[in-house]
Amino acid sequence: MTETELLTWVRGPGFQIATIIFVLGIMLRLFEILMLGRKANLAEAKGSEMSSGLRTVFSRTIPDASTFKRSAFTVTAGYIFHIGLFVVIFLFAPHILLFKDIIGFGWPALPSTVIDATAVITIITLVIVLVHRLRDPVKRFLSNFDDYLGWFVTILPLITGYIAFHRIGMSAPSLIAIHILSVELLMVVFPFTKLMHMFTLILARWYNGAISGYRGVQS
Amino acid sequence: MTNDLSRKDKTLGETLRSQGISRRSFLKFCAATASMMALPPSMIPTIANALEKARRPSVIWLSFQECTGCTESLTRAHTATVESLIFDSISLDYHHTLQAAAGHAAEAAREAAMEENNGKYLLVVDGSIPLDNPGYSTIAGISNYDMLMDTARGAAAIISVGTCAAFGGIPHAKPNPTGAVSVSDIIKDKPIINVPGCPPIPVVITGVLTHFLTFGTIPELDNLGRPKTFYGQSIHDRCYRRPFYDKGLFAETFDDEGARLGWCLYKLGCKGPTSYNACATTKWNGGVSFPIEAGHPCLGCSEPDFWDGGGFYKAISMPTENITKTTIYAAAAGVAVGVAVGATGRMKKASASKAHQKVTIDDLEK
Ligand code: SF4
Ligand code: SF4
Repeated sequence: MTETELLTWVRGPGFQIATIIFVLGIMLRLFEILMLGRKANLAEAKGSEMSSGLRTVFSRTIPDASTFKRSAFTVTAGYIFHIGLFVVIFLFAPHILLFKDIIGFGWPALPSTVIDATAVITIITLVIVLVHRLRDPVKRFLSNFDDYLGWFVTILPLITGYIAFHRIGMSAPSLIAIHILSVELLMVVFPFTKLMHMFTLILARWYNGAISGYRGVQS
Repeated sequence: MTNDLSRKDKTLGETLRSQGISRRSFLKFCAATASMMALPPSMIPTIANALEKARRPSVIWLSFQECTGCTESLTRAHTATVESLIFDSISLDYHHTLQAAAGHAAEAAREAAMEENNGKYLLVVDGSIPLDNPGYSTIAGISNYDMLMDTARGAAAIISVGTCAAFGGIPHAKPNPTGAVSVSDIIKDKPIINVPGCPPIPVVITGVLTHFLTFGTIPELDNLGRPKTFYGQSIHDRCYRRPFYDKGLFAETFDDEGARLGWCLYKLGCKGPTSYNACATTKWNGGVSFPIEAGHPCLGCSEPDFWDGGGFYKAISMPTENITKTTIYAAAAGVAVGVAVGATGRMKKASASKAHQKVTIDDLEK
């Protein structure tokens, strides 16, 4: 298989397979959860579930003061790499073209130098976060294979993307193919690991808010 | 014939002088060659010296499944420059498009050259070789495969000129009806220099020849057998539109404001980021311009399988299949399976609670 063939495969059948597993997996898991339903609450409702639920989906994005004080590092580092991932994935021109090709519209891109710097910051933060996880006894105790796998498939596309952008070590078609392949690995693993939190966090937050809303207390 | 033979005995320096090339322009050419091959200026005298003394090596040029574009590129693109005179100064003993002889006389010339220069001649090939049926392409009744194998045997080195000879090229494009292969696919025991491009840049062809004449060796090659001096950098890395790429300024169509302002052609499918060639530096037509400068994205013609790279006008980051459809179907299937799995779970739960029997004291005492 030549480099060009590999690149064509990852852009074609490979990406298709990854998309099927990614989308099917996410939908499957979400609907499995939704199908669990909830027991009818026999107590009288003291407030609205919906408004409280929706509010909580957004309000939990901001950590409350005591949480922040307790785990300032975790919260800050978490913010940095999540925002970094957002910028790198959604604001790099070649990536936007990919989304445009699928959903039919695009949006303005950031200069590639900004993306480059953001990628470096994100990679460094992810490494620091892993070191912290390994050195903190509580975090280490709570971590299992799922956590490390999730970390690995997240940092891999960042690293392969950085290398492909700077053409280090190999020729460009191979590097780009490897980068796309690493993204496909992420897509395949995504629905079956804790990475699903990207979607389930909405359900979880809404549920938390809704319970409180029903009881008429603040969430 | 005698005249021809005596020409062969002349050194390159003598030939050039007899053609009225001044020493000054000869040295200028050597300097340009040195810089093109990324050699230090201190090498210029070495090149000049070597070229002066070089005897016109015998070159046999075989054309197989090709369009003659490579020969056109080489012979038409330049007026009488020193490069083309250097090219005149090799002894092109066989080239069925350029030679005067035809038929048996032509084949006899090839055989004579092979015998006379056994082990020393340079073999240049353009075009791919059909393996499916030898009858797809023959010369004087000899199949391309047989002729290549026969001629390669006594060659000092082989230069595959053009993407067809180097990688199979257009004949090799899916579904490859003739079973076309490249030279390096079937010849394993000779040094092969790939000079791909559709067609290759003329100065790159002459540059490779110059290297061979100067040093008598094969230039340093990359993993695809291409001389690193010419194919060492991607089009993208040397493209004058690169600042626009970095700033995120792209032409969206061929005639929008961005296209007029000379912005990056990535969104129009430019394969510059994955293509290694010298277009952005040596340019075409004697250094006048190159495709991207003329407003067209790079097709990646110097790469293997460039014809099957998923569409010339699709950006590299775009999938080659219809992913929108895939997403919709996969989502629908996911919902269906999710609901089914959930429903099965519920049914199980319901039947379990139905089947559930209370345990009484009596049961336990039994
Ligand atoms: S026009 Fe092509 S080669 Fe030039 S910067 Fe844009 S993508 Fe790169
Ligand atoms: S710009 Fe690209 S497609 Fe055009 S000749 Fe050069 S390498 Fe080939």
